Amino acid sequence: MRVLLFLLQKEFRQIFRNKALLPMLFIIPVVQLIILPLAADYEIRNISISIVDNDHSPYSQKLINNITASGYFRLYNVPNDYQKAYNDAADDKADIILEIPQQFERTLVRENQVKLYIAVNAINGSKAVLGSGYLTSIINSFNSDIRTELIQKGSVTMQSVEVISSNWFNPNMNYRFFMVPGILAMLITMVGGYMSALNIVKEKEIGTIEQINVTPVKKYQFLLGKLIPFWVIGMFVFTIGLNVVARFIYGIVPLGSIPLIYLFVSVYLVSVLGFGLLISTYVDTQQQAMSVAFFFIMIFNLMSGLFTPIESMPKWAQIIAWCNPVSYLNEVMRMVVLKGSGFNDIKSHFLVIIVMGIIFNTWAILNYRKTSS
Amino acid sequence: MKQLILFIQKEFAHVFRDRKSLLMLFGLPITQIVLFGFALSNEVKNTKIVIADYSKSEASAELIRRIEASNYFETEKGLSNASEIEASFREGKIHQAIVFPASFYNDLSHTGKAAIQVISDASDPNLATTLNGYISSVVRDYTVEINKNTHLPYTIVPEVRMLYNPELRGAPNFVPGVMSLILMLVCVMMTSISIVREKELGTMEVLLVSPFKPLMVIISKAIPYLILSIINVISILLLSVYLLDVTIKGSVFLLMAESILFIFTALSLGILISTRTASQQAAMMISLMGMMLPTLLFTGFMFPIENMPLPLQVVSNIVPSRWYYAIVKDVMIKGLGFSAVWKETLILLGMTLFFLAISLKNFKIRLA
Repeated sequence: MRVLLFLLQKEFRQIFRNKALLPMLFIIPVVQLIILPLAADYEIRNISISIVDNDHSPYSQKLINNITASGYFRLYNVPNDYQKAYNDAADDKADIILEIPQQFERTLVRENQVKLYIAVNAINGSKAVLGSGYLTSIINSFNSDIRTELIQKGSVTMQSVEVISSNWFNPNMNYRFFMVPGILAMLITMVGGYMSALNIVKEKEIGTIEQINVTPVKKYQFLLGKLIPFWVIGMFVFTIGLNVVARFIYGIVPLGSIPLIYLFVSVYLVSVLGFGLLISTYVDTQQQAMSVAFFFIMIFNLMSGLFTPIESMPKWAQIIAWCNPVSYLNEVMRMVVLKGSGFNDIKSHFLVIIVMGIIFNTWAILNYRKTSS
Repeated sequence: MKQLILFIQKEFAHVFRDRKSLLMLFGLPITQIVLFGFALSNEVKNTKIVIADYSKSEASAELIRRIEASNYFETEKGLSNASEIEASFREGKIHQAIVFPASFYNDLSHTGKAAIQVISDASDPNLATTLNGYISSVVRDYTVEINKNTHLPYTIVPEVRMLYNPELRGAPNFVPGVMSLILMLVCVMMTSISIVREKELGTMEVLLVSPFKPLMVIISKAIPYLILSIINVISILLLSVYLLDVTIKGSVFLLMAESILFIFTALSLGILISTRTASQQAAMMISLMGMMLPTLLFTGFMFPIENMPLPLQVVSNIVPSRWYYAIVKDVMIKGLGFSAVWKETLILLGMTLFFLAISLKNFKIRLA
């Protein structure tokens, strides 16, 4: 125990002595947590549209007005032929093109049916589906306005099914509520994972590890001494993130129990730090440690279910996603913070993270050799 | 010149001797492009939902059959009340609940107007919006079907065409995005660290007291990474064409030239970081911790930049990968020529020169 205390003293002193690293360790995550959720917004507004009006009738005018008044679209251009509109799309200036054919109004009134042509830039598929969906629904409601104007009521009966939707836990569909806990999860993973992956290797590279290896310090004492300071830093960053940034800047007050979140994060950090330690026992230089850590943390972050839902991934990718600790933290944060889930709801998450923690840390201790080969 | 070649040889020897790093330098980008190319997509599939049918009528059964037939949902039936739904949302078991009221069939056949209730777990707002959209379109198709016999006068038929990516796959968007993200991070990280490493180990001093010009030291450090990155670009492109089925519509030559320019930009940013930091840990904090998420978000392949608040749109302009992503999208996916990307090219060129100029100014011949 006394040995461990001395080791801790050494580690903390080294961390606090490094005047360049320390502020970065706290400032980078906090600044990112403040700024990035503002950038991560899937809500589609301001879709820019180019409308080719070959008809110039009162109807086509009214349709254009309805589109611009809807609030979803920004009229970029009203060119006089399709080719020009297509060029707008090729230049990424227009996301969507609407072409109103000649004799639009006449055909509609005389022949009862008329076509409108919509072309969507579909490189980003979800944006294309949403944008064309908004546009079709505006056209549909324009259509039923016209219909009621032209025919007497009651002469045609239509059956309709209305969809009444309600959104629980986040009725205003506020994107930040979803993003802030998720980004916080990624940030503490990066702080813990990168720092612990680098730390032992640094001693290897500089050669100071030899000095520790010749002392009677036990393996587990040495590794604990490395782990605990970063655990403390991780918890500290998490505390600032949850209680200062999320609460005061974004107004996110956890619905569920705060001690429960802390309990989970403290276990979670142990397994992420264990993962970092494991990397550093396998590599010889900081450069190697960094590229391995970068590889895994990039996969962890992108496949955590924050950016694209895990259920939509192919089966093999879902398996990878469920071997990823960030997926669990992400889900637990969302469940406890936004939905108020209790211990029973997240039992299985706890179990997985504890098992991961045991595996990573035991593996790291077994793989760390005091004698160099 | 002979000295320079010798130095470059030395750097190559360094890079190639370190098998572990070399394996990673090649292996990581390739694995990631394959992984993300297949796994990431904005499409929503197989989402678990629960359907509570209190109506138990032909009409509700038909609509449920249609919902089940689409591969967006994995349905589960149950007679749920509000508190049961809330409990399963809390457990994270389901994402949406659809309730057909007992009067559904009566309302539909007598008044012609019926309603279903769709309750979503909006803790993931994107998923909730997308699912709502899917349900509405299934319901719309259904009503068109049941109204088939009543001829509707004055109908406008919108005909929608999806340009560039008609099957709405994820890969044409994610391949250029992931490519810019990975190239950027790998190049910046590797150059900054390999230079700072010499500072940290003390070998930089040896180089600086030699008659060799300091500028040349830096150049010879960057060249192996330049060549490695070019090989990476080639392998990424081969994979995307032959494995991910994303073909190169425009000129391959132009795409390669732009990629090399972008690698230069990233390498010079790496050099800039290395002149400002003294330890590998600090260089790593900046190039990974500081850059990973901002590059991911501001490149614009995840979240459209025009949705961001104005100050952040301005910020996104200084992220080099944003411009490279635009170039790759134009050349590779849309098949446009140089006239479409000259502006982005100029910006990347300007950034490269800017980073190099600052690094030169910062470069200290004497170490503190």
